[in-house]
Amino acid sequence: MIIDLTRFLAEERKHWSQLEATLDRIDRNPDQRMELAELLKFHELYERASADLAKIETFSSEPEIRRYLEGLVARAYGEIHETREKHPRLNPWRWFVATFPQTFRRHLGPFWLSLAVTIAGCVFGGVAIRIDPEAKQVIMPFQGLKDDPSQRVRREESAKEDKLAGQKSTFAAQLMTHNTQVAIFTMALGITWGAGTTITLFYNGVILGAVAVDYVYAGQARFLLGWLLPHGAIEIPAILLGGQAGFLLASALIGWGSRKTRRQRLREIAPDLTTIIFGAGVLLIWAGIVESFLSQYHQPVIPYALKIAFGAAELVALTLFLARSGTASEKRAN
Amino acid sequence: MRYARTNTLLLRTPEGIVFSLPLAGPVSRFLAWGIDVGCIITASSVVEQILGLFGNAGFARATYIIAYFLISIGYGITLEWFWRGQTVGKRVLKLRVMDEHALRLEFGQVVVRNLLRFVDLLPGLYLVGGTACVLSRRFQRLGDLAANTIVVRNQEVPQPNLEQLLGGKFNSLLEYRHLAARLRQRTSPQAAAVALEALLRRDELEPQARLQLFAGLADHFRSLVEFPLEAIEQLSDEQYVRNVVEILYRRTDGSA
Repeated sequence: MIIDLTRFLAEERKHWSQLEATLDRIDRNPDQRMELAELLKFHELYERASADLAKIETFSSEPEIRRYLEGLVARAYGEIHETREKHPRLNPWRWFVATFPQTFRRHLGPFWLSLAVTIAGCVFGGVAIRIDPEAKQVIMPFQGLKDDPSQRVRREESAKEDKLAGQKSTFAAQLMTHNTQVAIFTMALGITWGAGTTITLFYNGVILGAVAVDYVYAGQARFLLGWLLPHGAIEIPAILLGGQAGFLLASALIGWGSRKTRRQRLREIAPDLTTIIFGAGVLLIWAGIVESFLSQYHQPVIPYALKIAFGAAELVALTLFLARSGTASEKRAN
Repeated sequence: MRYARTNTLLLRTPEGIVFSLPLAGPVSRFLAWGIDVGCIITASSVVEQILGLFGNAGFARATYIIAYFLISIGYGITLEWFWRGQTVGKRVLKLRVMDEHALRLEFGQVVVRNLLRFVDLLPGLYLVGGTACVLSRRFQRLGDLAANTIVVRNQEVPQPNLEQLLGGKFNSLLEYRHLAARLRQRTSPQAAAVALEALLRRDELEPQARLQLFAGLADHFRSLVEFPLEAIEQLSDEQYVRNVVEILYRRTDGSA
């Protein structure tokens, strides 16, 4: 089809300008809602630009106009054909007490897998340290854990000075950022079809199991619980949540028993991955504070019974929170 | 949706319209990342300097550790969300993150592609991400694959100025309708497009190159159809090509 270029431009240019102005307005303020009349006009302009693009493609090509129209149609297409719900403004409190635990419960399978892999690592680490005590030098990641547990306990309990004096907030910040990085990394490694997530969780389990068995067999179970439980009751589940997100990503990649395409599956889980990993991040802030300000202080400064009770209470509260919080709004939605 | 052999993603809308999105290659993306790293370092340094003004060294150090962590993780997420797929580096290099189906970018997609950077960066300098990007048909790193996103070269093409073209001047070739029809029949779409482009960009050409180009084009069109001498005498090569383009692109009855 040969068209009269001059007339075509004269007639259509004003409509393209209107569409461009509308798109610029949406760019500047994406949350603004359009009136029905505006929406209808926007749709008409999009259809018109699309038809013009089709026309311009059929005659002896005019590359500049075609590129311009392609750019316009591409921008408008994303707005017109988007069918996913536009999320209302985020309410952080509601997100934490409802969305986060609800999302956790929707994907319990990957969480149990995450827990199972960690427990397998714990068993391996515990058995390894019993069969071959020399393995401690290889398994333990830093010097403090390679020492004899009884010697460490004596040293900690007889300490006259606060070794973290003036550094508690720095230590807490380091713990928060490091643990959050571990959780994110565990999630991100789900892209390796879950292999990387499995290795990370298993390795964490190996260290945990080896430390636990080392201290228990040295007769320092009470110290171990008093030391690990206050922050570990939150930190370890948060890393498991990272593993849950990693396995969720892996399951979307693999797609067992799903008729949906890989892209559809990945598209569906993206919001849930975000929720779980942000939730884990919030938990790790708390764990970092507790580890820096409480876990490192032992009897006689803080009685073990008190620390163990605190850790146990945290674990119960976290379990109840993840299991029950947001169920009322869930039921209403159903 | 289909992928051209070139670095272009072609999308077909439900209306049957096909449009293309030019994909950004690994080099331009790497350069954009370099600029972003510079921005992160600069922002962190500014925060460190400000915190240095406070007397409490322990508090300042702790705040800096958290601030650096938040800036390095949140930089990409925040800017790509509020600037609709762009960071400073991407803005400078005119790149934009888009949904793979050219739909609106969702917050979850922005978060996932930025958090998977942890793996893409391994073992350093984006080796994993860069390799994935080179091997992927759509130049996607692992984060893009997981988030269903692509990075495109931002097409902000201004409205073309065609005022200079086809200004309604007398066209002596149009007097010979049968020859004009023959010219339309014999001219290939490619030749027509070249002639139109030459006219549109004539002011950008060096004088000598302009003369040579229009001489070549005029010779080509003269070889297709021979107009009577009285129709073409006193016409420069450029005027001849302009008249030919008018014949090719404009119907004599004025209808589209």
